[in-house]
Amino acid sequence: MSKKITFSKALREGLHEEMVRDENVFIIGEDMAVMGNVFGVTTGFLDEFGPNRVIDTPISEEGFCGMAVGAAMRGLRPVVELMYNDFITVAADPIFNQAAKTRYMTGGQATVPMVLRCPMGAGRRNAGHHSQSLEALFCHFPGLKVIAPSCAEDAKGLIKSAIRDDDPVVSLENKLLYAKKEEIPEEEYLIPLGKAKVKREGKDLTLITWSRQVNFAMEAAENLAAEGIDVEVLDLRSLVPLDWEAIAASVSKTHNVLIVSEEVKRGSYAGELSAQIAEELFDELDAPVERLCGLNIVSPFSPVLEDENFPHPETIAKAVKHVLNK
Amino acid sequence: MATKKKTTEKYSKEQLLGFYRTMCRVREFEEHAAECFTKGMLAGNIHLSIGQEAAAAGAFAAIQPQDFFTSTHRGHGHAIARGMDPNMAMAELFGKKTGYCQGKGGSMHITDMSKANHLGANGIVGAGQGISAGSALASKIKGDNSVTVGCFGDGSTNEGTFHENLNMAATWKLPLVWFIENNCYGVSTEIHRVTNTPDLATRAAAYGVDYAVVDGTDVLAVYEAMCKAMDHARSGKGPYVLEAKVYRYQGHYCGDPAVYRPAEYMEKALANDPIEKLGKKLLAAGATEEELQKIKDEAKAEMDAAVKFADESPYPDLAEVTTDVYAMDNERCVER
Repeated sequence: MSKKITFSKALREGLHEEMVRDENVFIIGEDMAVMGNVFGVTTGFLDEFGPNRVIDTPISEEGFCGMAVGAAMRGLRPVVELMYNDFITVAADPIFNQAAKTRYMTGGQATVPMVLRCPMGAGRRNAGHHSQSLEALFCHFPGLKVIAPSCAEDAKGLIKSAIRDDDPVVSLENKLLYAKKEEIPEEEYLIPLGKAKVKREGKDLTLITWSRQVNFAMEAAENLAAEGIDVEVLDLRSLVPLDWEAIAASVSKTHNVLIVSEEVKRGSYAGELSAQIAEELFDELDAPVERLCGLNIVSPFSPVLEDENFPHPETIAKAVKHVLNK
Repeated sequence: MATKKKTTEKYSKEQLLGFYRTMCRVREFEEHAAECFTKGMLAGNIHLSIGQEAAAAGAFAAIQPQDFFTSTHRGHGHAIARGMDPNMAMAELFGKKTGYCQGKGGSMHITDMSKANHLGANGIVGAGQGISAGSALASKIKGDNSVTVGCFGDGSTNEGTFHENLNMAATWKLPLVWFIENNCYGVSTEIHRVTNTPDLATRAAAYGVDYAVVDGTDVLAVYEAMCKAMDHARSGKGPYVLEAKVYRYQGHYCGDPAVYRPAEYMEKALANDPIEKLGKKLLAAGATEEELQKIKDEAKAEMDAAVKFADESPYPDLAEVTTDVYAMDNERCVER
């Protein structure tokens, strides 16, 4: 049995189920309680779970992220929202120096089971302080896990696993996915961290991507199929841990790779993936691994400029052909 | 001589000797660490709390076993005053397997989650403010009647986390005590060159939080002020900020000659040495020089043994370089 709901409602279901299941789970962030979140992810939670478990904070990102670390060290499971992933710049220390490192630096004594939900991505005409895709930043710090779901089903299954995980997990949620309605299973389910999904099988090229770009990649792949080019679309779903087995299996089948992300290209996680594939799967490759990312610019405001700054089905199709020399 | 009378009335000789012992143990730990550092036995830097012993001893005597605390880069004294094991603390300074963090944290990161409820010393100035407030939030959510004490220095009161977290803790009435040891220096910078108020705890008033300022060289004054602070926080009235005025005998780090400090600073410091100060009270209360010397000798012997333990302990196994980055799926997450 399945049902059709939005990405944000699927997330809400995941959070709700975990809060019912485990009294240690609580929500903290800006506009999470009375308003029920900008995207409706926690609508009704305050009435159901009370003010101790659904907490509206002042605009103090470093402060409440630090508090989440302390509460997590005490055995609670805070689910924190940064209203935009761009705001990590003002909350960097609690996440990168504390949440990520505390386990290692205490010799394994401390556990920080928190989730940091980060709406992210471009396309909403919000300019350079509200539109970034900062995967590389989050993936850089050892100790953090990073998920980036592309659809409602994965959003729910992954957030549930993230809450149950004993490590700090960053959930990157593309804002333009929240309103997208999709089928999800009726019954309860989990999706494990570190498990990629082949969204479309193909034999000519492996297109590795995640989050919103999966949709564009699928559209590009269908269009290319009409031209006789058979693209395999691999949705990573988790960036850390990385499903290397899935990547290796696909690349060993297609021998061509394109990585698509909305990140600034320079220093991107796409670049990290490219390096790993080049280093370890060189003998499998028929052509250099290529990346299609954002430009090395600040995310622009004007719609015509912003749309130039992330991949689209047309530019993806073009990039696929470039890799295949067609 | 009202003070003398008050002291002898309020405290038994044994209680006073207890404070004296804690202060001597802290100082001996620090002096032993300094000697090891000078001899090149330690890796990295250490930051010593010599001169600040009354603050640690007084404050931690008021903290109950079920309570939690955070500390700073200058945190050895807090660990010793909390009753933690000097062997494991010293071994951590040496980067040894037998240290509190198995050698993965070092001097600035001594932590003990299992017994002391020590949520960690920290290398980032101000980070403990968020963590201590979060622990207090956890106590409120759990309703477990524990108080969390955030220990930090004057310098971190100028970090944004001080203001963000105090505002939230006050608004949500969290069981939190912030204990500021104001030694007047952030590395080389005298606090009043960069701060516009004579006291730091007075900032609490801006957030509707109760506060006090106490002579941090007087262990009994610190203890009494801290008891009041802990009672306040435990009774549901919200956070409390206590500032203890102390002297930092050494420079910022061990080996820093502190040339930026006027000579009068150390003159005042030595005239207010917390151990000598209590020693005089003890003698007036009937203790003998021999009793005090015995406590000092025992502390020295204990820390001699801690150095020996640390020195003879093994380094971590090289295989441990990649362990404990993650609680779950560590190997795969570390691999790529």
